[in-house]
Amino acid sequence: MSLLEVNDLKTYFKTQEGTLKAVDGISFNLEKGQAMGLAGESGCGKTTAALSIMKLLPANGYIAGGSINFMGQDMAKVTGEKLRAIRWRDISIIFQGAMNALNPVKRVGDQITEPILLHEKVDEATAEKRVKELFELVGINPSRIREYPHEFSGGMRQRVMIAMALACRPKLVICDEPTTALDVMIQAQILTLLKNLQQELELAMIIISHDLSVLAETCELLSIMYAGKIVERSSAIEVFANPQHPYTKGLIAAFPNIKGERRMPASISGNPPNLIKPPPGCRFSDRCYMAQDLCKQEEPSLIEVLPGHFAACHFVKPKGV
Amino acid sequence: MSKDIINVDNLQVWFPVRRGFVESLTSKEQRWVKAVDGVSFNIKEREIFCLVGESGCGKTTTGKAILRLVEPTGGNVKYGGEGLTAQQVKEAMEKAISKKLLTKQEAEACLSSGCVEVTKLPKDKMKLLRQKMQMIFQDPYESLNPKQSIYDIVAEPLVVNNLGQNEADREKRVEKALDDAGLRPPKHFMWRYPHEVSGGQRQRVGIAGALVLQPQFLVADEPVSMLDVSIRSEILKLMLDLREKRGLTYLFITHDLSVAYVFSDRIGIMYLGKIVELGPTEEVIKGPRHPYTKALISVVPKPDPRLKTEKIILKGERPDPAHIPPGCRFHPRCPYAMDRCKTEEPEPMYVSQEHWVSCWLVTGEGKAQ
Repeated sequence: MSLLEVNDLKTYFKTQEGTLKAVDGISFNLEKGQAMGLAGESGCGKTTAALSIMKLLPANGYIAGGSINFMGQDMAKVTGEKLRAIRWRDISIIFQGAMNALNPVKRVGDQITEPILLHEKVDEATAEKRVKELFELVGINPSRIREYPHEFSGGMRQRVMIAMALACRPKLVICDEPTTALDVMIQAQILTLLKNLQQELELAMIIISHDLSVLAETCELLSIMYAGKIVERSSAIEVFANPQHPYTKGLIAAFPNIKGERRMPASISGNPPNLIKPPPGCRFSDRCYMAQDLCKQEEPSLIEVLPGHFAACHFVKPKGV
Repeated sequence: MSKDIINVDNLQVWFPVRRGFVESLTSKEQRWVKAVDGVSFNIKEREIFCLVGESGCGKTTTGKAILRLVEPTGGNVKYGGEGLTAQQVKEAMEKAISKKLLTKQEAEACLSSGCVEVTKLPKDKMKLLRQKMQMIFQDPYESLNPKQSIYDIVAEPLVVNNLGQNEADREKRVEKALDDAGLRPPKHFMWRYPHEVSGGQRQRVGIAGALVLQPQFLVADEPVSMLDVSIRSEILKLMLDLREKRGLTYLFITHDLSVAYVFSDRIGIMYLGKIVELGPTEEVIKGPRHPYTKALISVVPKPDPRLKTEKIILKGERPDPAHIPPGCRFHPRCPYAMDRCKTEEPEPMYVSQEHWVSCWLVTGEGKAQ
């Protein structure tokens, strides 16, 4: 059994205009120690998918269907004390923008000991020792545990966030745009750190980013989301070497490559569809250069093109499955 | 060779550090945040010159100082495009001489080269000149007033500058600007509000607002970094089109080396208020000479997991521009730092005709200006 099995997950939001189908039937598996990238444009539902796994949805959001099987429990159904016991102990999250995710009036050390004391029967001295170890692990001088967040730079605060996420030795860490607000040099430092930690601690990770090139460097698996659905899913190498879905192809071509030829990247014209009233048929059909009548009427299902490589497009045919 | 539209010479923007009460009593010396500390470059007509660097390196401040949206504390900026009549330039220079901002010789040198000394212009002349020098801002979500219609936003520069004979004429100019910015048909967008259009279209509104005054030179401050990747190159292509159609010249400011690589003609790498390497884009990206440029290029994520390249990850973070290290300002993070780097500041050295580097490790063919 996989560590995490997400099956046909649907997460909707109640809004004044109607029900917004932010995540509309996504499925994937994640094994122990694997890192999966979840990529897509803003508003495609990638963060909502991750928040659903931790059940951290805002008040108007709810899981409308599907299951999230994490270590033998269906997270979609777990509530109350049971949920609190899992959160942060087994699954933790590194939020986007470490600047705002830390409490400015509490010492960073205290903020990290809090979940340890809540989840484990240890005394404060042991917890503090753990925090010092964690600081060393993420590359911060352990003597800084009594400092406040404002005394840390952006990159260091992100390291504090990582230490906090690792406090209770979780099995799965979700990283929501972990490096978006950071400079390239700091980004490289943080990504290298995340990769090393993942291998050292055998962590499973879901990294959410709009930046395919960040995911290309950190993840073994890659899922591409578009308008609430996963349109392509495979190993990262396979997705880049052999993209099947027109959206994936377009997205890869949209990134300028500093190691490649010097030419203007391609763009995908148009905008993603409204998710309150999604169009029938393929959701990408309006922006797709291959779209035919069939695409406007019938929704393509995710098919296995090659072993372990899935794509949802009417024009991909299975090859050697 | 085409002429220079912009010539920046030893530009400085220092911000005073506010002193506490006690500090002012003990009369400690005034400290400065040296955001821009001696930057020189030129931009030729119809060229895209790109300033790249980490946040806080002074690239945006440089752009703003050229338009005098922040006042430079030292150095010169010469503008060689059209904008002011010969009479207006003469008046401005005379005023600057009378205020002892310029010596007679400097003013004459400037006049004979057909340039305007931007940093010495009085406010009213600067306002006139700014019609020809405009800026495109980074965040199309923050830079547009949500209570104004797109028409009002784009027409505002006309109102401020008292341009256009009547409302009908203004409408025509706004329509043309929207059309040029790719918002077609303009009538369809004109009476909408920013929240009704997408992110890419918002940025086009920002560009239309800059175009409506028929500028010749544009400072584009990270114009695509807030946009989704799928629409970034649309905006970049629009900017290239406008260069062809309207003969625009750009100063493009970005932290994203891969965007700079595909978009710009020449590139300047900034670190802590100074340009450390400058040259034609292809040459700098494919053959970087400064250790900082090398490191910066090596850490740019590549959109292909099959490419495994070695990364030069610099330790630590950039120092505070209020405490610039002595000698080469990069030496505390430089993997190759020598004793000399700690005390002596390297001078720019040409490594090829148009490519110079400030590093003691680089032996060039002669000092740059």
